[in-house]
Amino acid sequence: MTARADVPDAKTLVAIFRKMTQIRLNDERFISLMKAGKMVMPYYSARGQEAIPSAISVQLTNDDYLVTIYRGIHDMIAKGVPPRLIWAELAGRSTGACKGKGGPMHITHPKSGCMVTTGVVGAGMPIGCGLALASQLRGETRVTVTNFGDGASNIGAFHESLNLASVWKLPVIFVCQNNRYAEHTAFAKGTSVEHVADRAKSYSMPGVTVDGNDPLAVFAAAKTAIERARSGGGPTLIEALTFRFNGHLIGDMGEYIPKAEYDAALAADPVPKYRQWLIDNGHAGGVELETLEAEIRAEVDEAVKFAFDSPLTDPSEIKLDVYAEVA
Amino acid sequence: MNAQAKSTQVNTIQALNWALDDAMAADANVVIFGEEIADPEGGGIMKVSAGLSTKYGTRVRSTPISEMGFTGAAVGAAIVGIRPVIEIMLMNFVAVCMDQITNHAAKLRFMSGGQTHVPMVIRTMTGSGFQTGGQHADFLEAWFCHTPGIKVVMPSNPADAYGLLRAAIEDDDPVIFVEHLASYWNPGVAPERGKSIPLGKANVVRAGKDVTLIGYSRSMMDIPVVAASLAKDGIDCEIIDLRTVSPLDMDTILTSVKKTGRAVVVHEAVRSFGVGAEISARIHESLFRELKAPVQRVASQDSPVPFAKQLEAAFMYSHADIEQAVRSTLR
Repeated sequence: MTARADVPDAKTLVAIFRKMTQIRLNDERFISLMKAGKMVMPYYSARGQEAIPSAISVQLTNDDYLVTIYRGIHDMIAKGVPPRLIWAELAGRSTGACKGKGGPMHITHPKSGCMVTTGVVGAGMPIGCGLALASQLRGETRVTVTNFGDGASNIGAFHESLNLASVWKLPVIFVCQNNRYAEHTAFAKGTSVEHVADRAKSYSMPGVTVDGNDPLAVFAAAKTAIERARSGGGPTLIEALTFRFNGHLIGDMGEYIPKAEYDAALAADPVPKYRQWLIDNGHAGGVELETLEAEIRAEVDEAVKFAFDSPLTDPSEIKLDVYAEVA
Repeated sequence: MNAQAKSTQVNTIQALNWALDDAMAADANVVIFGEEIADPEGGGIMKVSAGLSTKYGTRVRSTPISEMGFTGAAVGAAIVGIRPVIEIMLMNFVAVCMDQITNHAAKLRFMSGGQTHVPMVIRTMTGSGFQTGGQHADFLEAWFCHTPGIKVVMPSNPADAYGLLRAAIEDDDPVIFVEHLASYWNPGVAPERGKSIPLGKANVVRAGKDVTLIGYSRSMMDIPVVAASLAKDGIDCEIIDLRTVSPLDMDTILTSVKKTGRAVVVHEAVRSFGVGAEISARIHESLFRELKAPVQRVASQDSPVPFAKQLEAAFMYSHADIEQAVRSTLR
């Protein structure tokens, strides 16, 4: 953690840690239940990327919009989607966020501002522009954060969205969570620039690259971007450098990742590192954090129980929500 | 419709312009965007939106040539209650933004478990006969009819264009609204302003007892001409203009075919795997024992739209093809 003049207060710092811990513990439980054969789903773990959405969302309200992607449950939890609704969704229950009709790649929860989750690389960014356009047309101050990976910076939707957001000065923040691999392809093999943020220049918007495992660095970059968007200053591209520990998809053995790189990334796990930093710098006590972790474990237990105690979504639901009218 | 409106003739461009204007006046959430649609850029390639940016300011925006970007932006704005009406200049260009239409606009209501929906309209235009070749003239409605969650509306005349566009804008689902190039300038009865025509309801435009002719969009320029000619030979055709192609108004179709026992479907889109195939299948499934002849399809050839005039003519169905199809059901 770099020493900074603009360190947020202890309450905010702990709030970031709480979100990171929620993300980590839910993720670990998803994987353990999948491995136990209790849940079947395509699961794109974001373990290792916890700091990014936590440090951003702690500065947002439920009125601000979030668009995320198939690797996005960390973004949702950080934004405030109740984990029990996510659990019930993944378990295919009628109490799920989307009644089991969306699944891990399509969770929506407008109450917390989680408007769209897409399973198509890059597709969230044009939609993020539209949410921001709605706010702009209505003269609102809310902002839209749209997340994507490094691979998405090579698809047309990224370029069209940055251009449109710039031309229309939309209150949107493009957050590239650069985890070094686009599926199985290393960043440099598929990307023509050294940093995704370099591409912001082409669209006349600020672009910054930060250490995505450093909550303070992410917090500071997001603060500037959010203020710019809220005050009508237009879009920002933030590239947060990070790593995902569990491959592209659970089951991915990661043969394409050099062992030394993987080991170094694991050693830089943002969650324990930030925890230690909080204690070392007097922002939180060890007992306080242990209590917080125990609370979140209990919350996960409750969420799992809620999910599996809930009724399965009835097959008749397939006819509902196709159109406004029921056929 | 009042007597004064009946006496007035307008074309489809004027009718659509009125529909957009009236919808924007009625609801501040209606915004329109697309390539060159604002007045400084000409008010749209067909001038359908002429005058509207001057009247409504930033609610009418010209976009970059960026269909994926602005179609996606319409999806995002729509899920929070804006009612975007976007213009995709030519129907073939939907191919560059299909992801936003079929993976997002069509599915967000379902995938979100009904928490969000996408009340947007995509206006687009197409039609062969202008030697524009293989990428500017396709009728691609079957792509969207095959996608649950989207409605497909294809008007054939100015009054329907007005009433259906108003209904499409008021509708809570995404609507592909397909306009037909060759009929833009055809005069027709003026619409009654302020009145929408319900989606999902076909229109029986001519009652008859011998055979049911089913069409929409372009084919409604041709079917009545052939029916009038056949009437001279004593063949009494019932004509249905689908207006909305998906969801299909099977009640109207089956009621008619039950009466006539014969049906011919006519469309400019290519024949195979098309709307005609679906309608034919559904009629056979429901009325097999009551049919006096197999349902016939009249459509364009299964090829890309060609450039040269004589090839283009060979691609399109002819009035003789419709007539022959009708006569084949009467043998």
